[in-house]
Amino acid sequence: MELYQGSLNIEEITNRWYKEVSKLNYGAFITFIGIIREENSIEALSFDIYEPILKSWFEDWQKRAKSKGAIVLMAHAVGDVKVGQSSYVSAVASPKRRVALELIDEFVEDFKANAPIWKYDVIDGKRVYAKDRSTPMKEAGILKEAKDD
Amino acid sequence: MVKVEFLGPIGVDSIELDIKTLKELSIYMQNDNKLKEWVDISAVAVNDTLINSLDYELKDGDRVSILPPVCGG
Repeated sequence: MELYQGSLNIEEITNRWYKEVSKLNYGAFITFIGIIREENSIEALSFDIYEPILKSWFEDWQKRAKSKGAIVLMAHAVGDVKVGQSSYVSAVASPKRRVALELIDEFVEDFKANAPIWKYDVIDGKRVYAKDRSTPMKEAGILKEAKDD
Repeated sequence: MVKVEFLGPIGVDSIELDIKTLKELSIYMQNDNKLKEWVDISAVAVNDTLINSLDYELKDGDRVSILPPVCGG
């Protein structure tokens, strides 16, 4: 797992991963790259990350991938990333294509729903939390059971 | 005492509370104007482990993190 201040150097990261994966005698290597697109007059997106829990989330995924004979990789940006640049890249490699095709879907979707990362739109230099596009983590909601009586 | 930190967009400084349960933390948050909107939608970690139950007992020196809704990528 790699975290970078600002936008990702996708060519450097994916070339390096490709070189590592090509030594493993795996037949399939799939990357997913997230690019910041222009929408709602934003200049950039900005990200906060809580690294300790992101690390354990990723370690769980490494174990899950290993149990299927695959590996997972990911890199993400911290702070501002301008429109047209990349904030996120993840990848799955496996001996055969089917496992990698299925895992990349689950890996990216679980990342969106449960990785402890917070996204902000940057408009006129100000950060606005992207609340409408955010999802409560799967462990969320335990505090609401307590009523003040 | 337990240290409570509010992550990401919550925008509230960390606090030290004399509490023994997550229920007490929930009630504290429900009674705070800046924190109450996050009660229903946030996840809770103690010492960087996500917690599934409100019955979790806190120990002196525990570090509690409140994690609001996420959106990576």
